Amino acid sequence: MKVNELFKSELKVINMGLESFYQDMKSQDVSAIHVNWKPAAGGNEKMAALLSRMKSI
Amino acid sequence: MANFIDQANKEALKLMQDAQPTLIGMGIAKDTLPGMRENLILHAGPPVKWEDMSGPLRGAVVGGIIYQGLAETVDEAKELAASGKIDFDSCHHHSAVGPMAGVVTAKMPVFIVKNMDQGNYAYCTMNEGLGEVLRFGAYGENVIKHLNWMEKTLYPILKEAIEIHGPIDIKSMNAQALQMGDEMHNRNKAGTSLFIREIASSIVKTNASEEDKVKVFDFLNSNDHFYLNLSMPGAKCTMDPVGKVKYSTVVYTMARNGTEFGIRVAGLGNRWFTAPAEIIDGLYFPGYSMEDANRDIGDSCITETSGIGGFAMASAPAIVQFVGGTPADAVQYTTSMYEITLEESVAYKMPNMNFRGVPTGIDIRKVIETQIRPVINTGIASKHAGVGQVGAGVVRPPMKCFEDALQAFVEMLDNEGLLD
Repeated sequence: MKVNELFKSELKVINMGLESFYQDMKSQDVSAIHVNWKPAAGGNEKMAALLSRMKSI
Repeated sequence: MANFIDQANKEALKLMQDAQPTLIGMGIAKDTLPGMRENLILHAGPPVKWEDMSGPLRGAVVGGIIYQGLAETVDEAKELAASGKIDFDSCHHHSAVGPMAGVVTAKMPVFIVKNMDQGNYAYCTMNEGLGEVLRFGAYGENVIKHLNWMEKTLYPILKEAIEIHGPIDIKSMNAQALQMGDEMHNRNKAGTSLFIREIASSIVKTNASEEDKVKVFDFLNSNDHFYLNLSMPGAKCTMDPVGKVKYSTVVYTMARNGTEFGIRVAGLGNRWFTAPAEIIDGLYFPGYSMEDANRDIGDSCITETSGIGGFAMASAPAIVQFVGGTPADAVQYTTSMYEITLEESVAYKMPNMNFRGVPTGIDIRKVIETQIRPVINTGIASKHAGVGQVGAGVVRPPMKCFEDALQAFVEMLDNEGLLD
């Protein structure tokens, strides 16, 4: 599907990451859900590395 | 194929699911608790020195010293506490737990709860009720008088009644109370009622005077939190065997001493991971605010550690009137705890969660990965000794406890040559 055709059709949006994108969709009456997603360990690289080491077992 | 950590956690969860906490009797702390002695005072949370103790814990220690007969005045008690002649230790190091300040002295009566599955014991003093009480740091004349009544009248009657009745299954009582709107930490109305119903005829059969029996019934009936001091040792004897499972990442202790919050992780043995305890943003009684609050205090979050308390709030919607929020928040708290736990309880089911079992077995890896900290509902003590409870609310352990534990766990695996 070409991008222009996509935006002419009814959008159903799944948003991950910044919640403000989801709020923008809602304010424009676009059907959207927000996924409560965070990077592992909230982006704490040291903790993510420790988890990764444990997963290597 | 499951790795050795998964296998260890499976073993830890089996111990939690199979635990059979049972009230088997009562005794005096000095004769009952391992390592208890005349000059030893136990307190809630990880170990803390007198100079680092917060107001309510110091207050409870002063009251405990006077009650124990080691000093006559408040000044003498403070001097003795600071002299080095009194030893302090964590309740948890003596198979015990205590709500709020959690002070236990040698002559205090305690409940004896046995985990029939593993044969280990846990101990807890009797709940004093609300108002001017030792566990919130009060030490006035009325506090000591009430403690003496508990020792001289309440204890012998309950001890005899339990002997007449025989063992009381705490696990079954917890399961029933959960279905009646308790979560066994800050709501114990159903559990207390069930306990009274169970023990009533045995109290009547004791050799005590009619007058004393009536006073005991009136006290039990007036104290909605009486059951807390049974649910806590029930949780403690459930969790202690978990602490011996090598390589398990399950948290088997969460506790606060009013200064620090501490956790212990099964695979890391008896080592505490501590950080400054938080001040609770909750519902304050009229005339009080966060400025009056002490930092988080008490061993009572052993309930959450075992999967009840804040983890089971969905089943106790009325509790939000005490700790703040809405019934929907209570469901959300419980739902989010499934993100950081390994299983659902087989025994503890919540009707309004479609009889889903409570979230069971906190895994430090999941806490770090999701950044969701365990939820604890709790009473709030005044930071000033002798004032008492000033509110209640919801609090979480500091993330640093889990970060330090995870790091120590990886170091332990590294040292044993188990990591790439």
